[in-house]
Amino acid sequence: MAQAQARDLPSGSEENIVPEKIREGVDLLINGERFRHTGDPKMPLLWYLRDVLRLTGTKYGGEHSGADLVLVDGKAVPALGQTVASLAGKRITTVEGMAATDGTLHPLQQAFVDEDAIGCGYCTPGWLIAALDLLGRKPHPTDDDIDQLPVLCRCGCQTRVRRAIKRAANGGKS
Amino acid sequence: MSATLPPLSRRRFVKLLAGGACALVIGIPLAAEAAAPDAPDAPLPAALLGDDLHALGAYVRIDGDGNVVIGIRDPDTGTGLSTALARLIADELDADWNQVSVVPLGLGVAVRDGKPAWIYGHQRGGTGDAIPAAWADLRQAGAVARYLITQAAARRLGVPAERLRCQAGVVVAPDGRRFAYGSLVEAAGQIDLPTQPLPLKTPDRFTLIGQSAGDVDARAIVTGQTRYAIDHHEAEELVAVLLRCPWPDGALASIDAAPALAVKGVVKVVPLTPEPNLQPGQTLGAPAVAVLAADTWSALQGRAQLKVVWKPGSGDDSAALEQQALALLDNKDATGQRVRNDGDVDAAGKKAARRLEATYVQPWLAHATPEPMNCLAHVEKDRATLVVPTQAPQQAWAVVQRLTGLAPDRIEIRVPRVGGGYGRRLDHDYVAEAVMLAKAADKPVRLLWTREDDLAHDYYRPAVAQKLGAIIDRKRNILAWTQRTAGASALARRGVPDDRLWTSELGADQLPAGLVPNYRSDWYGLASSLPRGPQRAMPHLSNAFAVESFVDEIAHALKEDPLDTRLHLLGPARQIPLAGGRSLDVGRLLNVLQLVADRIGWKQNWLHSVNGLGLACWHVDGTYVAHAIETSLNGNTLSIERAVCAVDVGRAINPLGLEGQVAGATLDALGTALNLAVSFKNGQVQQKSYKDYPLATMAQLPNEVEVITVPGGDRPPAGASFLAMPTAAPALANAVFRVSAVRVRRLPLMRELVRML
Repeated sequence: MAQAQARDLPSGSEENIVPEKIREGVDLLINGERFRHTGDPKMPLLWYLRDVLRLTGTKYGGEHSGADLVLVDGKAVPALGQTVASLAGKRITTVEGMAATDGTLHPLQQAFVDEDAIGCGYCTPGWLIAALDLLGRKPHPTDDDIDQLPVLCRCGCQTRVRRAIKRAANGGKS
Repeated sequence: MSATLPPLSRRRFVKLLAGGACALVIGIPLAAEAAAPDAPDAPLPAALLGDDLHALGAYVRIDGDGNVVIGIRDPDTGTGLSTALARLIADELDADWNQVSVVPLGLGVAVRDGKPAWIYGHQRGGTGDAIPAAWADLRQAGAVARYLITQAAARRLGVPAERLRCQAGVVVAPDGRRFAYGSLVEAAGQIDLPTQPLPLKTPDRFTLIGQSAGDVDARAIVTGQTRYAIDHHEAEELVAVLLRCPWPDGALASIDAAPALAVKGVVKVVPLTPEPNLQPGQTLGAPAVAVLAADTWSALQGRAQLKVVWKPGSGDDSAALEQQALALLDNKDATGQRVRNDGDVDAAGKKAARRLEATYVQPWLAHATPEPMNCLAHVEKDRATLVVPTQAPQQAWAVVQRLTGLAPDRIEIRVPRVGGGYGRRLDHDYVAEAVMLAKAADKPVRLLWTREDDLAHDYYRPAVAQKLGAIIDRKRNILAWTQRTAGASALARRGVPDDRLWTSELGADQLPAGLVPNYRSDWYGLASSLPRGPQRAMPHLSNAFAVESFVDEIAHALKEDPLDTRLHLLGPARQIPLAGGRSLDVGRLLNVLQLVADRIGWKQNWLHSVNGLGLACWHVDGTYVAHAIETSLNGNTLSIERAVCAVDVGRAINPLGLEGQVAGATLDALGTALNLAVSFKNGQVQQKSYKDYPLATMAQLPNEVEVITVPGGDRPPAGASFLAMPTAAPALANAVFRVSAVRVRRLPLMRELVRML
């Protein structure tokens, strides 16, 4: 799959054809697909996802916004705070990787749709990833657990997000 | 409504029949076009059908397979406009909602006599006027589409169209035969258009309007497929980030670009200067140096290496401004601007049994839109194409036109779904930056603001200080009410006359004006170099906090139940005339107040609950809102146990969407009141990131917002995206007083509460 990505590289991508450079690259596993990053290993994952892979579901909102959360080996972490180099060999999931390959929504995604847990929608991927992490650790979270989700929202979708997470934990029933 | 529309003419409707892929595309007659009824038909770019709807200037497309695509003209910043506008059209069309999808139209601009003509009519979001405008004209597009479809069916069946009925994308014949809309598209293209506006449905025939629907973009959003402006790319693009001067009136003293240019990927360093003599938001907010690079990471690293020295401009301190404001409030000889003066406040003083006075202070605030400012600009010799996260595409266009000199219709402004607006995107400094850079680089430029840029270079909501006074007689009537308000107007230098600058913070008709026989409101404007601009729910936010807190203080002083004090102040249900031909319907205001009081169990709980209960009510342009809040206090930890909000906005197009707006505005207002403030030292913002500007966490907010929407009957719908903001903070402060005995007169609330506990 990695070879398909070369076309998306910005200028400077011609370096990729030099074999030595390829050995220096970082192997990444994102949404089940393998990629090799041959640019600056200190590039934060967020810019690699958005600029290079054009996976724009993970958003830039700034530090502490939570809009940039991705799942790394099952744990939600801000993509802005991880260098690509630090993620070699780890399993990364973005919002684009949540649904089944046949398009069936993940139960959390379906619950967000069913509860209309969306304001402007910009922070929604962050909430989904944070909730995915939470339900992975705690399939039946309490309100206090949900309170800890590290995502900011100015549209005020928090009450609907809470309902959606509970719905997903409850097998899709509100 | 239909009677006010101009007669239809053929050219306003585009019908396309392209080979096997038939589609019917319907536009709408708009007042702007009526000015030139005999203008020639626009050529139909048939090749664009299906993937470039906005180029057709159309509102509805029905495809041969029955799918219906509805173009959305107003920017959706999270206000639910995409869903609401689509349902207005789809209802009139009797479309199957499951087959409806939407496309943002972008700006509709044509040239008429060398000037821009706004061919889609209203195009502005988050300012409360998109829904009323759509109600007035957009339904006609759906009606015309349905007319063409039913005429085609009538012709095929040989029965009069009046005997056919439409439901959920199907025409049903008297004998029960059914024809899907898609199967009639080709025939419908042969039908002559109606020569007069069609009658619209009566409300009893609505199938979608008034019924709930989730956000039409929900599936795309939860799968990460929705592309905001910030997610757009163009071939050969350069990414731009700017280092901006901390002072709007500062200047570039010296620059060493070499270290930045040495960063791999950095292509160019470009100094930018604001154009002179323009209003805020029309050009750059401050001098800046841009770093253009192949990708975002290179651009950010390059910017970090820039060596720039700024010549300082005038630097205000927010603390000093507040002292000035407070001094004006206490200075009886200060000259201000009279906002309203009813009766004779001084004469009323002779009958005073009690006098009360309190001063409220509210801080500077940033917008902190979730999607930071950004813009993708491609400027060529004979055209410009931009992707802009804006609330006001026509204003964005004006900036582009001024900077490029292009003909009106050679500028394309695309507006995908927007990650929050709150008034920030009525200004277009970021568009000016992107256009200047695209010209300088001669390449497409993708401009990005970091969160730090966003917090440091906003057009802030200004702080305001208010001193309220009440004169009360022996029978506990409020005889007189005085308000002195001091601040730096958000509308300064924005084309508003000096004697109207108070309109950013005050309304002459706001409560309790009209309810108290002697009422006086004065404004004392401060000069400041700090950048200011529109913010959500202006001019209601600050004044509602002061007024509704003060009513509570009066109740406490009189040892009354604050609900009774409010009911007494409001008096019987009646109409009170307001400026502009409107009136305050006291009955509707009483109703929302009583609804929240009943829901929270006010009479049982207000006095005896260990928790604190608070109320507030307000009216905004013919709509009505009340909040009841219940709080508990455990040590220094304040919890909002319940939040109830009742609104009366007339007819609800999408009740679920309305509930989301009301709950969302409630949470935004509560979180802002609890935590947020911006401060300046020497003109520089002290808050650098979300760590210093902490939007509320879920733990601070209530687990639910109980929303009560008053059935609107046949009243026309109103905008409601910010209606629930003004009353949330005062209801919270009033509830905090009950639970803590601390009267918070200064926001943000948590800082003040912890200080005073």
